[in-house]
Amino acid sequence: MKYNWNWAIFWDPAPDGTGIYLWWLVSGVGWTLATALLAWVIALALGATIGTLRTTPLTWVVRLGNAYVELFRNIPLLVQMFLWYFVLPELLPKALGDLLKQMVPPWASFWPAVLCLGFYTSARVAEQVRAGIQSLPRGQRMAATALGLTLPQAYRHVLLPQAFRIILPPLTSEFMNIIKNSAVALTIGLMELTARARAMQEFTFQVFEAFTAATLIYIVITLIVVYGMRRVEKRVRVPGLISAGGAPMAGH
Amino acid sequence: MFAGFDFDVIQRSLPFLFKEGMTFTLTLTAMAMTGGIVFGTLLAMMRLSSYALLNVPAAIYVNLMRSVPLVLVIFWFYFLVPWIGGWVIGAGQPIQVGAFWSSVITFTMFEAAYYAEIMRAGIQSVARGQVSAGQALGLNYWQTMGYVVLPQAFRNMLPVLLTQTIILFQDTSLVYVLSIVDFLGAAARIAQRDARLVEMYLFVAVVYFIISYTLSWMVKRLQIRIAIVK
Amino acid sequence: MRRLATVFAALLAAGAIAGAANAQQPTGTLDKIKSTGTITIGHRDTSIPFSYYDDKQQVVGYAIDICMKIVDAIKANLKMSKIDIKYNPVTSATRIPLMANGTIDLECGSTTNNLERQKQVAFTITHFVTANRYVAKKSSNIKSLNDLKGKTVVSTSGTTNIKWATEENAKRNLGMNIIAAKDHAESFLTVDTGRAVAFFMDDILLYSLVATSRNPGSWIIGSEAYTVEPYGIMLRRDDPAFKKVVNGAVSSLYKSGQINAIYQKWFLKPIPPKGINLNVPMSAQFKKVVGNPTDSGDPKDYQ
Repeated sequence: MKYNWNWAIFWDPAPDGTGIYLWWLVSGVGWTLATALLAWVIALALGATIGTLRTTPLTWVVRLGNAYVELFRNIPLLVQMFLWYFVLPELLPKALGDLLKQMVPPWASFWPAVLCLGFYTSARVAEQVRAGIQSLPRGQRMAATALGLTLPQAYRHVLLPQAFRIILPPLTSEFMNIIKNSAVALTIGLMELTARARAMQEFTFQVFEAFTAATLIYIVITLIVVYGMRRVEKRVRVPGLISAGGAPMAGH
Repeated sequence: MFAGFDFDVIQRSLPFLFKEGMTFTLTLTAMAMTGGIVFGTLLAMMRLSSYALLNVPAAIYVNLMRSVPLVLVIFWFYFLVPWIGGWVIGAGQPIQVGAFWSSVITFTMFEAAYYAEIMRAGIQSVARGQVSAGQALGLNYWQTMGYVVLPQAFRNMLPVLLTQTIILFQDTSLVYVLSIVDFLGAAARIAQRDARLVEMYLFVAVVYFIISYTLSWMVKRLQIRIAIVK
Repeated sequence: MRRLATVFAALLAAGAIAGAANAQQPTGTLDKIKSTGTITIGHRDTSIPFSYYDDKQQVVGYAIDICMKIVDAIKANLKMSKIDIKYNPVTSATRIPLMANGTIDLECGSTTNNLERQKQVAFTITHFVTANRYVAKKSSNIKSLNDLKGKTVVSTSGTTNIKWATEENAKRNLGMNIIAAKDHAESFLTVDTGRAVAFFMDDILLYSLVATSRNPGSWIIGSEAYTVEPYGIMLRRDDPAFKKVVNGAVSSLYKSGQINAIYQKWFLKPIPPKGINLNVPMSAQFKKVVGNPTDSGDPKDYQ
C-alpha cells in the first residue's frame, strides 16, 4: 500500500476551528516552552538549595538531601507524572482533591506537569551543584574561613559563584532534558508539541509530515538553546578558572 | 489518608504484573542495553575516525537522537519502521514488525546515541601510548581496538554505562504511550479496569524505586572495587 | 580504517540497488498469509463485547468470533491446513496507522466504517450498527448537549466520536473542553473520577461499560443519537483478492443464519468477565444489514 504524501496538510483547517494545523503545532511549542521554563525555575531554585545543603557539614541535612535526590532519581518520570496527576488528588482531603480535579484543561494537566518536571529535574540539578561545589579545591573553603567569613557568606561569595560557572555545561544539558521531558506530559493530557503532532496524525493520517515537523522544531529549539548557553558561558567565564570537561555523566 | 483503598488488588494482580509486565520490561532493557552498547561503540569509533564519510553521519545521528524527546522517537519507530524496513529490503509493501520488536529497535537506536558519547569518552581516556604500543607490536586497527583499547575503555566507563542502563530501565516505561504491556502498562490496565489508580501507581513507584536503588547501590560498590585496581 | 569505509559504501550501494530493483512488486495479503503461514489480528482491550480481554487476559469478543470464521474461510481458500494467528493489541488511535504499515492484517473491533477512512483502509461487511451518544453521572443532571456548554468532556483519541465532538464544539460554539484519552477505560475513568462531565462514545460501548461498572445505577446515557456508526472489520486497501474472500466469509455467515448464534452469545447471554447479560436485541438497522449485506461507509444507507 502506498503512502499518500501531502505536505500541504499544514495549511488545511483544523477540525476544532482554531485555524490551520500549523497553528496546532505552534500552540504545542508554546505549551512545551511554558512548561519547560516554569519547571526549570522550580528545578533551579530547589536543586541549587538542596545541592548546596548537601555539601554543608550538617550530617542530618546532608542525609535528607541525599534521600530527596534518591527518591526522585529512582522512579521513572512517567510514573512520577501519574502520581502527581492521578494519585495526589485522591490522597488529599476531599475538598482539596475535588478542587484539583475540577481544574479546567489545559491547566489541569499543566500544573501537575510543571510540578512533576520541576521536582524531578531539581534532584538532578542538586547532583550537579553538589558535584560542582565538591570539585572546588578544599583550600577555597579554608581560605574563606581564614578571612573570617561565616559559612553562608563563604557559600555566597566564594564557593557558589565558582561552582555555577563550572557546572554550566551540565546545567545546559539538564535544561535541554527538561524541554525533551515535557513531551512525557502528553500522557496526562497536556497538548504540548508531541501531543499536537500526534493529534494531527490521528485526524489527518499524515504520519510522516506531522512527526517530521515536530522533529524539526525540536532540533531548532535545541540548537537555539545550545548557542544561547554558549554565549552565556562566554560572558560569565572567569579567566583562569578551568572548567574540567571530565567524563560525560549518564543521562538524557 | 489511606482509608477506603483496597490494597488487596495488588496481591491479586501480582502474577500478571510480574509474569507479563516485568518480564517485558526486563527483556526489553537487556536487549536494548546489549544492542545499544554494541551500536554505540561502533558509533563512537566512527565519530573518532578521521574519515568525514564516517564521523559526519555518526555525529549527525548522535546529535539528532539527543535533540528529540524519547516519546517522539517511540512514535516514529512504531509507525515508520515497517515502511522503512519494506523499502530497505525491497518488498512492495511494509514489513510486519510488531510492538515488541519495534520497541527493541527504538530503544537500541535511541540509547546507542547516549552509549556512544560514553564510549567516546572511554576510548579517549585510554592513554595514547597504548595505541602506539599496539602499532609498534604490528597490530592492525581492528586488533588494536579489540585487544587493547576497547577492553580498557569498557573498564573505565563501566559505572557510567551501568548507570545509563538503569536510566534505560526506567525509560522503558514510556512504551505506555503505545498501550504496550510492560510493567507500568500492566499496572495501568488493572488500575483502569478495577478503578484502583492510587493503589496500583503507588505500587509501581515503590517497585521501580526498589529495583533502581538496589542497582545503583550495586554500581556504586562496583565503582569502588574497580577504582582500587588502577 | 579504509576497509571499513569501503564495506560501508558497498552495503549502501547494495541496499540501494536491491531497493530499486524490487520496488514495484506489490504482494497481496493472501500471498503474505500463504508465504508466512501467519495472520496478525488487531484487537482492542476494552471494547466490550466486540473485542476485549476477559479475566484470564484472553482476547475474546463478538468481532473476534467473526474474525475466526474469516480465518477459516481464508484457510479454505488458500488450501492451508493451519494458519498461525498472532494477536496485536491496538487502540483507536493506532489501528489505522498499524493497518497501513502492515503490522496487522485484520482489525477486529469496533471501528466505524466511513467514507473518509476508506481513503486509508478498506472495510468488509458491517457487523453492527450503533450511534454516537454521551454517558454522564445521573448526579450531574445533564439532559442535552446544551447542558454541556463550557463544561469538560472526554472522548477516546482517534475515534469518529472525538472528531464529531471537536467539530460540533466549533460549529455550535459550545465552549466545551475536550480531553482526549488513550482508550475507552481511561475515558470512562475520567468521568468516574470527576475530571470530566460526559464521555462521548458509541452507545453499545457505553452501555457495556456502564453494565460492567461498579455502580451501574449511577450512570445515564443520553437519549439523543448524534451520528450513525456502522462497524466494519478493517483490512488493507487496494487488495481486491483479499477483500473478496473476507466479504464472502461474512456474507455466508449472514445468509446461513450463523450470525444469529454469534450475536446471541455476546449480546443476549452472560459474558465474561463478570457474567453480565447486556440484553441488547438486534436493532432494526442491523437486521436490515443481515438481510442485505453491505460494506458501505455512507450513513444514509443505514437509516
